[in-house]
Amino acid sequence: MTGVLAVLEQFEGKLHGMSYEALAAAQQIGAELGQPVYAAVAGAGLQQVAAAVAAYRLDKVHVVEHGLLADYTADAYTAALKQLIELHRPAYVIFPHTYQVRDFAPALAASLGRVLVSDVIAHRVENGALTLVRQLFQGKMNADVRFEGDGPHFASVQAGAFRSENAIKAESGGSATEVVTPVLEASRIRTKPLERFRESQRAVDLTAAERIVSVGRGIREVGNIALIEQLAEAMGAELAASRPICDNGWLPMERQVGSSGQTVAPKLYVAVGISGAIQHLVGMKGSKTIVAINKDPEAPIFEAADYGIVGDLFQVVPALIEALKK
Amino acid sequence: MKIVVAIKQVPARDSLLKVDKSGTWIEDADLSWEINEPDAYALEAGLQLRESAGGEVVVLCAGPDRATQTIREALAKGADRAIHIEMSHGASDPLALARTMAKALETEKPDVVLTGLQSDDLGYGQTGVVLAEVMGYPHATLVMSVETVSGGIRVKRELEDGWFQHVEMPLPALLTIQSGAAKLRYATLMGIKKAKSKEIRRVEAETASAAPSVRLERIYLPQKTKRSQIFEGTPQETARQLVEKLRFEARVI
Repeated sequence: MTGVLAVLEQFEGKLHGMSYEALAAAQQIGAELGQPVYAAVAGAGLQQVAAAVAAYRLDKVHVVEHGLLADYTADAYTAALKQLIELHRPAYVIFPHTYQVRDFAPALAASLGRVLVSDVIAHRVENGALTLVRQLFQGKMNADVRFEGDGPHFASVQAGAFRSENAIKAESGGSATEVVTPVLEASRIRTKPLERFRESQRAVDLTAAERIVSVGRGIREVGNIALIEQLAEAMGAELAASRPICDNGWLPMERQVGSSGQTVAPKLYVAVGISGAIQHLVGMKGSKTIVAINKDPEAPIFEAADYGIVGDLFQVVPALIEALKK
Repeated sequence: MKIVVAIKQVPARDSLLKVDKSGTWIEDADLSWEINEPDAYALEAGLQLRESAGGEVVVLCAGPDRATQTIREALAKGADRAIHIEMSHGASDPLALARTMAKALETEKPDVVLTGLQSDDLGYGQTGVVLAEVMGYPHATLVMSVETVSGGIRVKRELEDGWFQHVEMPLPALLTIQSGAAKLRYATLMGIKKAKSKEIRRVEAETASAAPSVRLERIYLPQKTKRSQIFEGTPQETARQLVEKLRFEARVI
């Protein structure tokens, strides 16, 4: 049992952005462990995707092709990848921590009697042994996790933990690809996925904003949002929010930043009353300058912040609006 | 319809956490505890499903004695009865936990099992999916709403980047519920009173037979990787310092 296999995600012939991060992770871990690196991509009609993956330096690209993989289902993906893993017996299997991976990878690992180490933020190799770091308690604690016993060992990597630009390209001619046809039966796919849809057209494009002032749970009541609106205005910023605010209907969903909302990278991001759960951080940690205003000094948002004020936002924000006028 | 809702008790959201002597868990003697927030949404979805489809809601919770409080609160909100798997703190791996939960549900044969999308403590985000695999149930994650249709259920799933998808599946099935998809109800006084006489079946967790495939080595406070400047003083002073830095150091306003 050897090698590091990156399982990449694609949709309609295009690789998911985080697939490149998983590729970089597998290459890095493979190099440090001195093991070969493979990639796999599952779906139907994958010629283009296969070529895109083969442009990277890999010992082999497994193209898992089947008509029953055209529309994602947990049952078909789990069965197909289980067959691939049992055939090639990689020591490690690395996924990007996407919504789709969260839907099937835990079942895939469990079907082989293993536990997926999910949402990994860092790794190290010491004496040939791999240690993974993941977050606990909404980012307030980190944990070092190790695998026990024989592989395959499964891990998914958090958005941004590995950088896609670090994925190494193949030198020339591209990496070898091999088409694999899994044995799948329609009758064993229990879920029936219907059309994908969006609920509303987006009127606000937060991704184009230079400055964003974002509000979280700390605001307590819908009536207090106006205060944050004033701050946004004083800074020449767009108003955004973390998920709970949009769930409550206090601001429209299109203003939500985070893994289920928009990913933004403005010049200035001001997080007011946002604790900094990882689902929010992945949506804004690429911002150039980050400011956090929160009453809890231990809030993970301060870890991401360049500047911070620990204090009651209901006192700090009015003072800030005043100071901006000067 | 028999609906099981798997819930977990976790430290209250604003708890200050310290690593305990073992180095692999937190000092938990003086903490206050609450229902894992995503599981509160799963409970709400379960209660709503019972209102539309009939049947009963059974709460399933693994944890030490103190979890009884969280179980009572779920009963007060309207769950019919509960199963309490007695075990020490929740730092077991999701596969071992799912096997224990599946064992406790063997005689129940639920039509639907619901749980939150992740726990706010360990945050593996996979106990539900692994439980589905262990029980042999089809599943869907990040579910926003559930309706019964002929031959099973139809759920609305959240995908990335503002997309959604309906998925149909036969029963029995397991669903992990997206947080915020519904308004949470409060327990009524009558509910709290009734909860006292509702059944809590206690089962002992079996000691794991299979060797674990992952081991938590240690937990620790994250090292500050980014040097953040924290301003101190009155609100006016901190505001003035921040504005100065944003204008002349970061040059972003």
